[in-house]
Amino acid sequence: MAKSQNKTETKKAQKEKREIVVPGEKIASEEDYLPGEWTKKEGNSIIALRFGLADKSGRLVKIIPLSGIYMPRKGNIVIGRVIDITFNGWIIDIDSPYQAFLPITECSKFVNKNDLSECYDIGDTIVAKVLNVKRKGIDLTTKGRNLGKLEEGMVIQINSNKVPRVIGKEGSMINLIKKESDCEIIVGQNGVIWIKGPKVENELFAQKAILFVTEKSYIEGLTEKTKEWFEKSKNKIEKKNKEE
Amino acid sequence: MEISNLTKKRIKDYLESGNRFDNRKLLDYRNIEIETNVSKNAEGSARVRLGNTEVVAGVKMDISEPYTDHEDEGTMVTTVELLPLSSEEFDYGPPRINAIEMARIVDRGIRESGFIDFKKLCIKKGKQVWTIFIDIYSINDDGNLLDAACLATVSALLTAKMPKYDEKKEKVCYNELTSKKIPLTKNVPLTFTFHKIGKSIILDPSKEEEESSEARLSIALSSNKKEVVINAMQKGNEEVFSEAEILKIIELAEKKYKEVKEEIINKIEKNLKENK
Amino acid sequence: MYTKRPDGRKFDEIREMKAKVGVVPRANGSALFAFGDTIAIASVYGPRPLHPQHLQNPEKGVLRVNYDMLSFSVPERKKPGPTRRSQEISKVTEWALLPALQIKNFQNTVVDVHIAVLQANASTRCAGINAASLALAHAGVPMTELVSAVSIGKIDDKIVVDLIKEEEDHKEGEGSTDIPMAFLSESGKISLLQLDGKISSKKLKEAIEAGKKACKKIYELQKKTLKEIREE
Repeated sequence: MAKSQNKTETKKAQKEKREIVVPGEKIASEEDYLPGEWTKKEGNSIIALRFGLADKSGRLVKIIPLSGIYMPRKGNIVIGRVIDITFNGWIIDIDSPYQAFLPITECSKFVNKNDLSECYDIGDTIVAKVLNVKRKGIDLTTKGRNLGKLEEGMVIQINSNKVPRVIGKEGSMINLIKKESDCEIIVGQNGVIWIKGPKVENELFAQKAILFVTEKSYIEGLTEKTKEWFEKSKNKIEKKNKEE
Repeated sequence: MEISNLTKKRIKDYLESGNRFDNRKLLDYRNIEIETNVSKNAEGSARVRLGNTEVVAGVKMDISEPYTDHEDEGTMVTTVELLPLSSEEFDYGPPRINAIEMARIVDRGIRESGFIDFKKLCIKKGKQVWTIFIDIYSINDDGNLLDAACLATVSALLTAKMPKYDEKKEKVCYNELTSKKIPLTKNVPLTFTFHKIGKSIILDPSKEEEESSEARLSIALSSNKKEVVINAMQKGNEEVFSEAEILKIIELAEKKYKEVKEEIINKIEKNLKENK
Repeated sequence: MYTKRPDGRKFDEIREMKAKVGVVPRANGSALFAFGDTIAIASVYGPRPLHPQHLQNPEKGVLRVNYDMLSFSVPERKKPGPTRRSQEISKVTEWALLPALQIKNFQNTVVDVHIAVLQANASTRCAGINAASLALAHAGVPMTELVSAVSIGKIDDKIVVDLIKEEEDHKEGEGSTDIPMAFLSESGKISLLQLDGKISSKKLKEAIEAGKKACKKIYELQKKTLKEIREE
C-alpha cells in the first residue's frame, strides 16, 4: 500500500520536474503564460534571462537560480561581518553586490557615540534585518528579536540560492538539522549560516548535514533523504565511538 | 566574505584538542594530485592540486649571457603570478609582495638544493648559457599556494625536455624539443610551510586555517645520498616563534621530507608514464 | 590552391571542442573551453562593489575583462603581465560579451571576468569568449542569451573554420586572412568582428555565413555543458 503510494508520488514528481535552462532559451511558447522572475515575454514566448531551473506554477513562469551572488531584499535576515566603523554607524559585509550600512539609530543597544566599537567592533559577526535597498547601498537594523551580535559558535557560507532548501517547507529541514545536531542555527538569507552547539563536533555535524542538503538540492523528497542520511551518519558515529 | 572571528576561535580550540575541521591530523596534507604536461608549448609543465588549491607551473628555456661571477653556469628566473582569476583577493596589475615573496622562496629552494646542474647548462663559457624560466600561476586559492607552487615547479622540471639549439644561427628551435632532459640531480627539493595557530603547528592549511594563522615558517629541504639538508627558510607573518618551536618544526620537516619524497616522485613518474 | 588542411580537417570543421564549468571553485562562476590545443579558462567575480569609488558608474553595472596568456602557453616565452595585445583583446572581449548581459540595474558595481590561456594554438580570444560566456551564465549573472565565438579564415582562396597557427602563418597564394567573430546565440547579432589580412567583400560574406554556422555548433555544446550540471 505504502509502496504504490510512493510510486504515484514519484510519477507526479517526474511530471513536474523542472528543466535546467540557459539564458536566452525559450521556456514556454503558449500565449497564456505570464513572465515571472528572471524571464521576459517576446511575442508569445517566455524567454529565460538567467541560468537556473524553469518553474511553471499555474500560468506563471519563472527561473529559480542555481548560482549567483546574494541579492538583498527588504525584510531579509542576513548575517554579516563588521568591516569598518564610521562616525554614525557600521559598514557590514554581507557578501552582496553592495555594502551594507547599520546606522547608530538602528542599533538595538545603547551606543556610546564616542566609541562605537564598544557596541560592535570590526570583525564582529552580526545578524541583522534589511531595512531598505537603495541604489547606493543597503541599510540594516539590529532592532528586533534575536538580532545583534553573535557570540561563540561558527559561521559557514553556502550559496544564497540554496537557502530555501536548507530551511525547507515551513522550516522543516532546518528544524530537523537543529534537532539531530543539537545545535542552535541561524540561516541568513545571504547564505551565511551561524551554528552553535554544545561541542564543536555537533557544529561540524550540522555543517555536514547542511552541505549534504545543498549538494543534493535537485532531488525530490529531500527531507526524507536527509532523514536517511542522519540515520546512516549517526550509526557511523556510534560505531566509531564504540571502536574507540 | 572574510572568515568570521568566531570560526577562527573554533578552529584554534579544535586544533588544541588535536583535530581539524576536515578530519585531518595536524601534519596531514590534503589529497595531492599531480598532472604533468598540461601545456604543450612549454618545455615542461605541471598542474598540482592540494584539495581545491590548484597551481600550474611551466618551464621555458632560452639562451643568454652568464653572470660574470659564474661564467660557466646556466641561469634561472622564477616568477609567481597570483592570478585574479584564482581569488577575489588578488588584484590585476604588477605582482604584489605576496607573489614576489612566494617566487623568491621557490627560487631559493630550487637553486640551493643543487637540483639543477647549472654547470651542464653552459654552452660557451662566458658567452652563452641556457636560462631556465619557471613561471607559476595560481588557478584556485584554497590555502597553501606556496607548497603547491614548489611541487608544481619540481614536477614541471622533471618533465621538461631541452629544445633544440641551432648553434650556427644562434637560435633556439622551440618547435623541436630534443629527447634530452634538463640536467637534474637526485637532490629533489620540497617545501613545507608550517603554520602556527594558537599553540598548534599544522601543515597544508585550508583557506580558513590560513586566515587563522598567526605565524608561518617555510622550510625547503633536499637530500643528497646521505642526509637531508635545509636549503631555504622563511619566517612569515607578524607573530613570533619560540626557539623550541623552531627546533621542533625543523625536526618535523625532516621527518616529513623523508616520509613523502618517494611518494611524490613516484606520483610524478607514474603520471609521466601515463602521459606518454 | 589550398586543398588540404595541415591537421586533415574539413574546411568547415571545428577542432575537437571541450567545455566544462566549475573549474575554479573559489569564483562565483567559471569554465574551461578548448578548441583542440587551444585551452582557455575563465572565472567570474561579482557583481560586487567597485573600488575605488571614482570608477563606479551610477547609471549601470560595469563589466571588466582581463585576458591574459600564460607565459609558457606559446612556443616563445611571453613575459608575464599585460601587453598592448592583451589589453586590446580584453577590450574587444568586453564588447563581445556586454550586449548579452543585463547588468544595468547593478549600479556602482562591477562584474569581473578573468580569462587565462593555458595553451595556445590560435583562436585564443574566441576560446576565451566561449569560456567567459559559460562562466558568466554559471555565475548567475542575468543575460539575454549566450555568446559564441569562432575564428574564420581565408587561406589562399578557401574559407576555413577555426584556424590553427600553421594556417595563420600560411604565405602561399593569397596568404592568410584571420576573422575572429562572435554571435549572440538567439538574436544572431554580431558582437565581435576583427579582420587581419586581405579579402573581397564577396568572400567576407561567405566567411560570416561560415562563422554563423560554426557558432551554432559551439552554442549547442555550451548549452549542453550548462545543462549537465544537474547530473553532478
